[in-house]
Amino acid sequence: MNSILIIVFAPLLAAIVGGLGNRLFGNTIVKLLTTGALFLSAALSWPIFLSFVTGGAEATVVPVLDWVRSGDLVFDWALRVDALTAVMLVVITSVSALVHLYSWGYMDEDPDQPRFFAYLSLFTFAMLMLVTADNLVQMFFGWEGVGLASYLLIGFWFRKPSANAAAIKAFVVNRVGDLGFMLGIFGTFLVFGTVSIPEILAAAPGMNGATIGFLGWRVSTMDLLAILLFIGAMGKSAQLGLHTWLPDAMEGPTPVSALIHAATMVTAGVFMVCRLSPMFEAAPVALTVVTVVGAATCIFAATVGTTQWDIKRVIAYSTCSQLGYMFFAAGVGAYGAAMFHLFTHAFFKALLFLGAGSVIHAMHHEQDMRYYGGLRRHIPLTFWAMMAGTLAITGVGIYDLHLGFAGFWSKDAIIEVAFARGTEAASFAFWMGVLAALLTSFYSWRLVFLTFFGKPRWAQSEHIQHAVHDGHGHAADANPPSQEDAGEDVAHAVPHPAHGDGTGGYHPHESPLTMLIPLGLLSIGAILAGQIFAPTFLDNAGFWGGSIFYNENLIHAMHGVPGLVKYAAFIVMVIGFVIAWYGYVRNTRFPGMVAEQLGPIYRFVFNKWYFDELYNIVFVKPAFWLGRQFWQKGDVGLIDRFGPNGAAWVVEQGAAGAKRFQSGYLTSYALIMLLGLVAAITWVLF
Amino acid sequence: MGFPILSVMLAVPLAAAIACLFLGRSAARALALVATLVNLGLGIVLWASYDIGGAQWQFTERANLFAGFQYALGIDGIALMLIVLSVFLMPICILASWDSIEKRVGEYMAAFLLMETLMIGVFAAQDLFLFYIMFEAGLIPMYLIIGVWGGANRIYASYKFFLYTLLGSVLMLIAMLWMVNVAGTTSIPALMQHDFPAGAQTWLWLAFFASFAVKMPMWPVHTWLPDAHVQAPTAGSVILAGVLLKMGGYGFIRFSLPMFPDASAQFMWLVFGLSMAAVIITSLIALVQHDMKKLIAYSSVAHMAIVTAGLFAFNVQGLEGAMVMMLSHGLVSGALFLCVGVIYDRLHTREIDRYGGLAINMPKYALFFMLFTMASIGLPGTSGFVAEFLSLAGVYEQSSLATLVLTTGIILGAAYMLYLYRRVAFGVQKHADAAAMPDLDRREWLMLAPIAAAVLWMGVYPESFIAPMRKDIATLEARLAYASPAGDAALREAPPRAFPANTMAHKAPAEEAR
Repeated sequence: MNSILIIVFAPLLAAIVGGLGNRLFGNTIVKLLTTGALFLSAALSWPIFLSFVTGGAEATVVPVLDWVRSGDLVFDWALRVDALTAVMLVVITSVSALVHLYSWGYMDEDPDQPRFFAYLSLFTFAMLMLVTADNLVQMFFGWEGVGLASYLLIGFWFRKPSANAAAIKAFVVNRVGDLGFMLGIFGTFLVFGTVSIPEILAAAPGMNGATIGFLGWRVSTMDLLAILLFIGAMGKSAQLGLHTWLPDAMEGPTPVSALIHAATMVTAGVFMVCRLSPMFEAAPVALTVVTVVGAATCIFAATVGTTQWDIKRVIAYSTCSQLGYMFFAAGVGAYGAAMFHLFTHAFFKALLFLGAGSVIHAMHHEQDMRYYGGLRRHIPLTFWAMMAGTLAITGVGIYDLHLGFAGFWSKDAIIEVAFARGTEAASFAFWMGVLAALLTSFYSWRLVFLTFFGKPRWAQSEHIQHAVHDGHGHAADANPPSQEDAGEDVAHAVPHPAHGDGTGGYHPHESPLTMLIPLGLLSIGAILAGQIFAPTFLDNAGFWGGSIFYNENLIHAMHGVPGLVKYAAFIVMVIGFVIAWYGYVRNTRFPGMVAEQLGPIYRFVFNKWYFDELYNIVFVKPAFWLGRQFWQKGDVGLIDRFGPNGAAWVVEQGAAGAKRFQSGYLTSYALIMLLGLVAAITWVLF
Repeated sequence: MGFPILSVMLAVPLAAAIACLFLGRSAARALALVATLVNLGLGIVLWASYDIGGAQWQFTERANLFAGFQYALGIDGIALMLIVLSVFLMPICILASWDSIEKRVGEYMAAFLLMETLMIGVFAAQDLFLFYIMFEAGLIPMYLIIGVWGGANRIYASYKFFLYTLLGSVLMLIAMLWMVNVAGTTSIPALMQHDFPAGAQTWLWLAFFASFAVKMPMWPVHTWLPDAHVQAPTAGSVILAGVLLKMGGYGFIRFSLPMFPDASAQFMWLVFGLSMAAVIITSLIALVQHDMKKLIAYSSVAHMAIVTAGLFAFNVQGLEGAMVMMLSHGLVSGALFLCVGVIYDRLHTREIDRYGGLAINMPKYALFFMLFTMASIGLPGTSGFVAEFLSLAGVYEQSSLATLVLTTGIILGAAYMLYLYRRVAFGVQKHADAAAMPDLDRREWLMLAPIAAAVLWMGVYPESFIAPMRKDIATLEARLAYASPAGDAALREAPPRAFPANTMAHKAPAEEAR
């Protein structure tokens, strides 16, 4: 029995048994089953990954079942394991196992826990199918499967309208990307006559230069295919234009945000580009598009992240921005660096989300950072975990000492490689990357300072007031509080008789052990993952073993960039820290003054560049309007009026006598038809 | 000649139908269930004993009747799968009508059983006129089911249904008479080999198209479908969506394509154009519906547009995709109508706003409904995906533009189905009566579970369903090959461009040191 089969199918089995048998087994058994399956998968994944790191393993494909055979279009269920897959395996199973464990604590009082755990395991299965795909269609299966799980989990609290809206939005916006993905697969099949990834990648360089017809134009084959597939990646990885679903996805429970909307699913687009890197290498225009879109997303999301008040939204925009880094790394040809950032990001971003979840748990489901403050002393372990995550994401590290947190290794490598690449798009990406690094540092420290430093500002929070008035009651602490009124963060203006210390008489509590252990383990990852694995991911072509396109010369050039470039990320990181410290610790009125000074610019950024409003006007409203027009004016007003109703009018005028034959009896109809037919046949044949 | 299994499959429901007319309620119900189950058993035997890769026409029976008119039966893989679909859905329909039909139960069951005979007859007929009789007579029981056991506005709906479908048929009959006169045979297999003059093909194709386009239904002759569905009882909708709509697609693949290849190529863009219009227009209309059945009816039109486009893609993927779409849509839309029926039986309204939060009090129902919703929007792993993917992959070989437009259906489909699901199953329980509805009982579970299993089976291992049809579709593709238009995506290979994307000059070692 091959271990990959267990890794992939154990979560599926757990999801099915747990999901269908939730009433039969009860909470604890379902939770044990799903969590156990994930820890088993994780335990089996690490040896595979380490065997690739040490260089003893080779790519294998385990066939599972025939899927579709239609003419030349043949694809099967099969599990492919190579270095690229192995990286994803450890990321997915480890983070998922820890998130399962964390959810024991976080979801403790939710009435629907089995459903939640079954969805989580189902998600993990779909994600594993995605990364082990040997053909594009199975990748698409995983792609849509994670989309389904994401939809179900965003809408997990399905009583809440905002959660339902966010779930549908996530699915539909992703489907826009899937349109590109599907067309990409069709085109790939047409060009290469196969959807098998290894065969496509082997043939792709030979197609460089070929042209193909598309919508009446004649375009470069490989650029077209790569761009179509990249549109799919843009949807799943929330790149500029198709990003609008990701911030809304924060409606889901926080463990979901950590697993799906930070560490794993949203990185599927990056994985896809890396998996298909030989194809993208034959498509220079497409790579330029990838670079520019990645860089633009990187800076866009970072700007928005600086202004948000909801702790989860800040981290969500941060995720969006970090995904931009990964894409432009891939776009400039450093797929190893992109995967490395994916790897380290999974640890520190999951850590940040779970840490935020711990804060939210302690603050009675309050998510608005304006009502946080001074939590350092009350939840110290969470604080230190968040510090580890923040140090990692801001990229703290000293170049010449070869010492640094995870993000230092991966993000700096990306910035350097963009500089080393030297094309116009890469230079744009370099500058955007440096600027975004400044903003990253700023918003990350802003989050830490607003949450953990300063004086408590809890008294104004409705959630905290609920908690205090309910006698700190936990009956209301379950699913309902976050359902009833999260999302309307403006309505917090209720004055409250001040307990002079701003705590409103509330005492935050540190999270239970099931939540703290994952935080601890992820902290270790956030601190050490870069340090340990940098040589493997960045410099070791043997590790990748051909599973991605590896550009040796580019990596040499990366190591040879000027010293100032190497320190650029470090310098802007310090600047960002200082600004955040000045604005949120030293002189807390300063941010408000700046916001007021910048007026329109601030509002533009705060309102997320008005993407949602724009899409609402351009797509959503017209769709409903057109639907009503087509229905009332088209079907009813035109087709029916002049079609059947018109015919009826004509018939009624002239054929009152014919009514006699409409007796309603089955037999007479049949008889008349038969007689008519016989007469007609007789007429023809004789 | 062996056991005349096809004749038996025609005779069993027919005999039961006659018996039902004379039986009381519960006896009629029981007899109908037994008869349909027997036919399901025979259908499974048929499927199991079908020789894949063997003769093109199997289980043939032939008896000369008057005037050169023959009682000729026989099936190929395509007809086999559609017969299996029909006999699979029939017992489920009887179960769905178990409690909800209270007046004239005997006649109702008789109408259903008669319809089963006629449906099997359509797919098994090998004589042109036998086909025509079955094809047109199928209207009568459906007309009665809507007109007698339907909703408030049933007369208008049944009239519209009849008028539309009959009008198309008249043209088809004339064409058939002409064909028989020219070719000198009424045998469908012989006609499928006959080469009609290209000029005549145009007219014959249009005459058949008039009938099949209405049956499909294609935009803009689809407006009978929403009304018929809304007024029909649940089981009527299931059969209408599940099998009757498939007769149009069957007609295209059995008659229009093999008999008139030149005309089919000539009218490819007409079909593509109408299909594209249907996907966009009916999907948008589905988005704004307040009536559950209307919404699903409009979504059927959009799905059937994928079938027509796939059929006229002139390649194996398109044809197989279209066939899988017919089977898949038969299951999925049937199941969705059953899902509507389940809650209609409890609350007697199809108004979407009268429901909400059903996931709370009806979790089992919500799970099934979710599965069929996902199958409807083509989630991989369900039958809908295989169908959509193959059809659209086929269409892409003809036209990237048509594919782009048709593929937007996956976005719009997700939007209207999830919006429906949200309003029915999610949210808070706003109405006390809806909140008090009990979850699925055993009968309802027995209706939905087999379809759910089939949908997943067809999604994960569609080979079971495609394999019997493979050879017939290959034969058809070979027949069409000479007429197939050149696709717009013609690939032109050229020497590689001067620069691969990321070439980097290797720097001198001195520069490299840091």
